Amino acid sequence: MRIGVITFPGSLDDRDAARAVRLAGAEPVALWHADRDLRGVDAVILPGGFSYGDYLRCGAIARFAPVMSELVAAARSGLPVLGICNGFQILCEAHLLPGALTRNSGLRFVTRDLRLRVENDQTAWTRGYRRGEQIVLPLKSGEGAYMAGPGTLAELEAGGQVVVRYAGGNPNGSAAGIAGVCNAEGNVVGLMPHPEHAVSELTGPSTDGLGFFTSAIAAVAG
Amino acid sequence: MTGADTVARAEVTPGEPQPYAELGLTDAEYARILGTLGRRPTRAELALYSVMWSEHCSYKSSKVHLKQLAAKAPASAALLAGIGHNAGVVDIGQGYAVTFKIESHNHPSYVEPHQGAATGVGGIVRDVLAMGARPVAVMDALRFGPAPAPDTGRVLPGVVSGISFYGNCLGLPNIGGELDFDPCYAGNPLVNALCVGVMRHGDLQVASASGPGNQVIVFGSATGPDGVGGASVLASAAFGGGPARAAAAKRPSVQVGDPFLEKLLVECCLELFAEGLVVGIQDLGAAGVACATTELAAAGTGGMRVRLDAVPLRDASLGPPEILMSESQERMMAVVEPARVGRFLEVCAKWEIRAAVIGEVTDSGRLVMTWHGEVVVDIPPGSAADGPVYDRPAERGADQAALAADDPAALPRPADGAALRADLLALIGSPGLADKSWVTDQYDRYVRGDTVLAMPEDGGLLRVDSATGLGIALAADGNGRYCRLDPYLGIQLVLAEAYRNVAVTGARPLAVTNCLNFGSPEDPAVMWQFAEAVRGLADGCASLGVPVTGGNVSFYNQTGTSAIYPTPVVGVLGVHDDVRRRLSIGFTREAGQASPAAGGEAAIVLLGRTEAEFGGSAWAHVRHGHLGGSPPAPRLDAERRLAGLLAAACADGLLSAAHDLSDGGLAVALAESCLRGGAGCQVRLPGDPFTWLFSESAARAIVAVRPGAEAAFGALRAAHDVPGEIIGRVGGDRLVVEGCFAIPLAELAAVHTAVLPALFG
Repeated sequence: MRIGVITFPGSLDDRDAARAVRLAGAEPVALWHADRDLRGVDAVILPGGFSYGDYLRCGAIARFAPVMSELVAAARSGLPVLGICNGFQILCEAHLLPGALTRNSGLRFVTRDLRLRVENDQTAWTRGYRRGEQIVLPLKSGEGAYMAGPGTLAELEAGGQVVVRYAGGNPNGSAAGIAGVCNAEGNVVGLMPHPEHAVSELTGPSTDGLGFFTSAIAAVAG
Repeated sequence: MTGADTVARAEVTPGEPQPYAELGLTDAEYARILGTLGRRPTRAELALYSVMWSEHCSYKSSKVHLKQLAAKAPASAALLAGIGHNAGVVDIGQGYAVTFKIESHNHPSYVEPHQGAATGVGGIVRDVLAMGARPVAVMDALRFGPAPAPDTGRVLPGVVSGISFYGNCLGLPNIGGELDFDPCYAGNPLVNALCVGVMRHGDLQVASASGPGNQVIVFGSATGPDGVGGASVLASAAFGGGPARAAAAKRPSVQVGDPFLEKLLVECCLELFAEGLVVGIQDLGAAGVACATTELAAAGTGGMRVRLDAVPLRDASLGPPEILMSESQERMMAVVEPARVGRFLEVCAKWEIRAAVIGEVTDSGRLVMTWHGEVVVDIPPGSAADGPVYDRPAERGADQAALAADDPAALPRPADGAALRADLLALIGSPGLADKSWVTDQYDRYVRGDTVLAMPEDGGLLRVDSATGLGIALAADGNGRYCRLDPYLGIQLVLAEAYRNVAVTGARPLAVTNCLNFGSPEDPAVMWQFAEAVRGLADGCASLGVPVTGGNVSFYNQTGTSAIYPTPVVGVLGVHDDVRRRLSIGFTREAGQASPAAGGEAAIVLLGRTEAEFGGSAWAHVRHGHLGGSPPAPRLDAERRLAGLLAAACADGLLSAAHDLSDGGLAVALAESCLRGGAGCQVRLPGDPFTWLFSESAARAIVAVRPGAEAAFGALRAAHDVPGEIIGRVGGDRLVVEGCFAIPLAELAAVHTAVLPALFG
């Protein structure tokens, strides 16, 4: 099982995502933004960070990276793709996921360990959880407020595309407390909190994040 | 003709008046330049000497004192590179080396808090990078004016957002630091940033330009007019006003940071190092190209030829003096063998880093710079790199005796349990001791995945090797009140606190860095404070057996004749043999739970000796606005024994928590441990409750001993000759001091956490 982790200029949590993949039992494969090549991986993670310094808009420049044309096509064919934080922002900019991430309502960067509720346990990245299960993951972002039009939000709720929701208060003003969403097919997931920082008791607030990576391994193994 | 003031022109216009005084050079310093060159300096040379001989770059007032730090340094096998390098390098075993340094960015952070603080982080990261290490974490020590003051409401949020913006975007976890307030810092905030980096032993890089024919490359950001305030004097003097002068006057004195570019620069440099493409490297910080070229040349073969017109510019109107003085951020300078220049430029291109060959190393003994073919600088580089040295008059301030005589013993003390309770709540609800989440929640502490301990722990702890558990602990501390009362003892207390904060994580302290924040060195009373502090640090490090590896001096932190408290900030680095056994400050329910097998709840042991020591204490400050008397006595031998005990007990797995006692004494430490871990405690004090709760005697810590380990810990404590006694047990959901008071944790938390949000939104 090989899971790719894309490094864009300004990606920061690529190392952490690779470690989480390894701890979950798969082989992490480094993918480079400038290569139009997914190196035959079984799933792809877009890690957190500040790709291109968040210039223009978070994720707005990274979506035009050469690797993204390959990724968009593969995602549309069912490849499991996970966007964490800046990766989520890139997936929204690339229109693989609906909606957008905007400035936190408090206008400050927020790092906090948060309780989340898993709302959809059928996606490629959350099938290891139970619906309604509460997990603790760190959030660390300045532009993490999820926004979408009323029609889109209604569709997301109706279609079960809200994957995780803040369960202990809304830290950033996200619409309907949404922390993560998926596409209609459930293979592309994006979330603002960081499952890759919650894979060991030594360095994280919990090990609750490991399920995202083991879920994908199970999904690929079918 | 370029219009530049060339060496040829200087030779034929010896009488042309030079604006050296406006650039901060004294008559004697200017005479020294004339003597060195045998002619008047060109504008570019004048610019170069003025920045190189500034207090900031030359350490001209501090050098005579700082010499002691190396002279008295204890022998340490761990030291791979010491004072004088961009940052000191320490061997932590298993083939790893660590480099760390702390530096001030005080003045820029007052002028423009966000960018001033941000570029402070950027600068210290490049210092660590230049040693060959990968930067892995940052910390910050901050001081502001009174918390409720309107200007603090401008400066503090800006400084915090600047550190957050730069550090987070650079991908470096912020693992600790400190925050305090005092009227003496109004107008003179202190923003000290620390960075730590890790490398393999063989990766150490040098800052020297060796090997004639080797190429000099500047890479990173293009050079702009950032921070060339001084150059406007030259522009006005050279051109007599008009448009050039008007443009120069508008140039910013504060630099603007681009952490994204710095992130690319870090990755680019590490790849250049890994491929062995670099002979020497230097970051461009204060005094930019002037400093990097002179220092590289002076430390190397001795000569360099530089084409200033080859430096990539962001502003085409810049001339030689401005290019030399510019403090544009995110720039580095490398010395590269000619055959490797091609590959060097390829690596830069991969990371989209601009790079330009601007010169080459020579054996001429001269630093020669040209501007479109004309020589505008021709100097012996050592003459600029080794500036003047002053032994300035130092005299104990007239008010020191009165200050010492104003004994806090005369202050009214809390009379009963209710009053003690109120004092504790007042302390943990004071801005300097309140919960710092408002600040630290803006920093990423998770990135890189190796952060084992971070704020609000006593020390930050990072994993270095996941296979063996090898790690490093870091703490940075300062205490202006102690140092105001007695700078010699004060700095030893500060050093001891940082040392202890590293020890309570279970790590062994190894090395010291420092950032010495003082008022004007031209004031003999300030110079006395400085001299005493440096002497105290040198003696303290010798006693503790930890060498100073480097540091930074920040003078002129004063408004008019009113200086800040002398505020040296001391950073201590330790090595942790196995971070999986780290100790947190938190009392936890697991530790407090009655375990039938182990036989009870975790015992709380107070280690060290408690005397009535209230001079400069948080209690006197918060409850009485009082500063007087003598600070607590440093007990450096006891600190060493305490650290040895903590490391041994951690290795043996005997403890579930450890917390150092400092500001606010035992009372504040108990409250912090309860709040951190979410479990209460019940203690009985062996003597006068007020003294036991609020005294700030040094060399003390509280530990929670795992149920069943009390006898083993007692034996270990005796073997390390550390006094101590069981004062109570972990458990419940209140902080109970028997016979005095009980405070529910919810009430403690409410008081502790409400302060900063109420002040800053």
